[in-house]
Amino acid sequence: MKKLVTAFVGSLALATAPAAFSADATKELKMAYDADPVTLDIHEQLSGGILQLSHMTFDPLVRWTKDLGVEPRLAESWERLDDKTVRFKLREGVKFHSGNELTTKDVEFTFNRLKQSQDFKAIFKPFSGINVIDDYTFELVTSEPYPLLLNTATYIFPLDSEFYSGKTEDGKDKDAITKHGSSFASTNLSGTGPYTVTERKQGVRVEFERFDDYWDTESPGNVGKIVMTPIKENNTRVSALLSGGVDFIAPVPPNDLERIRNDKDTQLVTMSGTRIILFHMNQERVEAFKNPKVREAIAYAVNQEGIAAKIMKGFATPAAQMSPAGYQGHNESLTLRFDVAKAQQLMKEAGYEDGFTITMMAPNNRYVNDDKIAQAVAAMLARINIKVDLKTLPKAQYWPEYDNRAADMMMIGWHADTEDSANFYEFLTFCPDAETGSGQYNAGNYCNPEIDALVDKANVETDLDKRAAMLQEVEQRLYDEAAFIPLHWQDLAWASKKNVMIEPVLNVMNFPYLGDLVVK
Amino acid sequence: MLAFLVQRVSQALLVMFVISVIAFAIQDGLGDPLQEMVGMSVSEEEREAIREELGLNDSMVVQYLRFAGNALQGDLGNSYFFSKPTLEVIAEHLPATLELVIGASLIIIFLSVPIGVYAAIRPQAWLSKFFMGVSTVGISIPVFLTAIVLIQLFSIGVTVTLFPADTGWGQWLNDALSTDGGMPSYGRGDDLTHLFGTWESNFFTAGGLSHLILPSVSLASIMLPLFIRLIRAEMMEVLQSDYIRYARAKGLSAGRVNFLHALKNTMLPVITVGGVQIGIMVAYTILTETVFQWPGVGLMFLEAITRSDIPLIVAYLMVVGLIFVVTNTIVDLIYGLVNPTVKLTGKKA
Repeated sequence: MKKLVTAFVGSLALATAPAAFSADATKELKMAYDADPVTLDIHEQLSGGILQLSHMTFDPLVRWTKDLGVEPRLAESWERLDDKTVRFKLREGVKFHSGNELTTKDVEFTFNRLKQSQDFKAIFKPFSGINVIDDYTFELVTSEPYPLLLNTATYIFPLDSEFYSGKTEDGKDKDAITKHGSSFASTNLSGTGPYTVTERKQGVRVEFERFDDYWDTESPGNVGKIVMTPIKENNTRVSALLSGGVDFIAPVPPNDLERIRNDKDTQLVTMSGTRIILFHMNQERVEAFKNPKVREAIAYAVNQEGIAAKIMKGFATPAAQMSPAGYQGHNESLTLRFDVAKAQQLMKEAGYEDGFTITMMAPNNRYVNDDKIAQAVAAMLARINIKVDLKTLPKAQYWPEYDNRAADMMMIGWHADTEDSANFYEFLTFCPDAETGSGQYNAGNYCNPEIDALVDKANVETDLDKRAAMLQEVEQRLYDEAAFIPLHWQDLAWASKKNVMIEPVLNVMNFPYLGDLVVK
Repeated sequence: MLAFLVQRVSQALLVMFVISVIAFAIQDGLGDPLQEMVGMSVSEEEREAIREELGLNDSMVVQYLRFAGNALQGDLGNSYFFSKPTLEVIAEHLPATLELVIGASLIIIFLSVPIGVYAAIRPQAWLSKFFMGVSTVGISIPVFLTAIVLIQLFSIGVTVTLFPADTGWGQWLNDALSTDGGMPSYGRGDDLTHLFGTWESNFFTAGGLSHLILPSVSLASIMLPLFIRLIRAEMMEVLQSDYIRYARAKGLSAGRVNFLHALKNTMLPVITVGGVQIGIMVAYTILTETVFQWPGVGLMFLEAITRSDIPLIVAYLMVVGLIFVVTNTIVDLIYGLVNPTVKLTGKKA
């Protein structure tokens, strides 16, 4: 009944005053991020900003909860039919911004478009197809048994197939995904999400308005209008919040955490993140790195806790492995092993008591305090007689160098798109293979086919407990062999005025569910 | 006059040619534009395909010739990030920068002339000494520091509790030194007046003006001391000259001597310097715009560099080169108007 009434009120409001908000969504939110979405086409780029936009203007089939579980959104329910097939039931009566109704036709259209997208096709590679049963029932089929099917379903935000079909006035396909140059989809949008884009000046501001016919009438969200301004400069973003110019900012730089905590009108929310920051040791460039003892010595020489406390100001969780807590591969028994005496001992055993000289590279504007972290690691290595010739570069120049493996130790930060441990191994520790693309970012050239085989085996194991055990074993073996030097998981921080209840809508993936945001 | 303009136009073309060649030559050092266009997990194959599409795999010479061919037809390429023609992107951002420069220039003109003249006429007055002292300090403070201090004082506000609050004077001092804040600290705000084309103005509403004040003041802060000192020095020199003494001896009123005869000749070198400085100010806006998130070309350029948006970088440099040449030309023309003895084309060969 309630649904019916709201729907009625909604349509009445739509009929009389198109710009009116639905009855209870009247608050305005001004927010400042470090960047605004580069496009309105959510399949054009896989990035944090675009996922944030996706959650504001579209809805996924299922979405992550705070504790890394999944909850139903547009998919009402699902069941695994066999190892390779999951059947989904779509929510009925969901409207797109254009007024069209959501059916499996739209899901099919979206799925096929994702398989075309340069950025998303890798994630959807395990899928062999989609079977449409009826208007509200469909099955996702994978070519091998695939345990991460639901994780991947969080990336399916159904697009309005009617809206994105056909040709524009100048004869271009409306569903084209264009990486450069303007396209219909990069400037127009119709989703099922809580907000529509009403105005957009790239790099200056984006305005969102609450969608009157939003399906989720249970949502407590009461924000009717959102103005998002990109403010790149950290200081300016914080000032904008402290001066009352905006209500909500992210990210918050570590140096300003205290300033915000001390301000009586603002609140700070921090969370341990899932992005691992680590160093690779290139075995192809440095003979000594082939020796596990040397790698282990470095692992013992690096003081992750010191870096997290001194350089990151407590704004990082020291890491001894890649998988953060909550991931299947997270192995509780792996602990930090900072011990200089032990490290020196290991260097001696390896026959490198007198040390050697290496080169190191790190970006200086990609991760939080990246250049300072690199300097600290270089200083730590000096204590076991490894002389480091460090060079830090802006990210635009760093990545080409990274692709060339231009230094003996290189820094990288990695967030698993699938929110799953296997993604770390596939990109960072698999034997590099240009043909298959595995180990694409393995700048250490570390290669252990046994571990790779174990990950592959885990990837087709649909019994999640067994799978977790396998992934934890992988993490253990990488730890024992000191395949890389993990440093920390970068924390996340958001800040807002006290009347903006951000805490309940925040999550470790860093896309706040702003549709459910309550402003008092 | 015509010969002068022709000479200047050809100069401008040469400048832009040189800039475009240099910009093209350094683009390899600017990084890989693909990094900003695709996610981390996109395979090398896919990247290669996009590079091929964008023509990034062609040799530098081929790329330059293609660019130059298009440029001759007025097309400076598409920005990777904005997915629009670069000139359109610059046209959208330029009004914000020009308004900032106009705002700063107004502050400079209306403050530097009276202060400079006063300091020249009454060099011994304590107020003159105060102004000169402040200007020395002002010239040595970097613009971003000024900006941050302004934001802290007038946007966020400071509460001073340094003095004992239980005494009357202490409370008074505390209150006098504390500020409320409340001034906008970023962007251009919502109250913009649309003038024409891509030009939206901050000058016509109270809300718009309030957004303009802090950025203009910080931008003006670097040039203002320079102009005060320049006007003072020039004016003092002019006041020593024979014709001024003669005018005084003739019994003309001090006001007429100072403001009509002396000031006019004082302004000649000031206009020359001013023209060049306005050009430089367009460049200085990069810092001011960054701190205030002012959506002008300076901020746009800085972000284009971090994104390796090479077409936009090249187009910006060429447009700025053009602005420099144009302002210098205008300055020379005005100079000719103020002082008719100056010949534009210089000596005849």
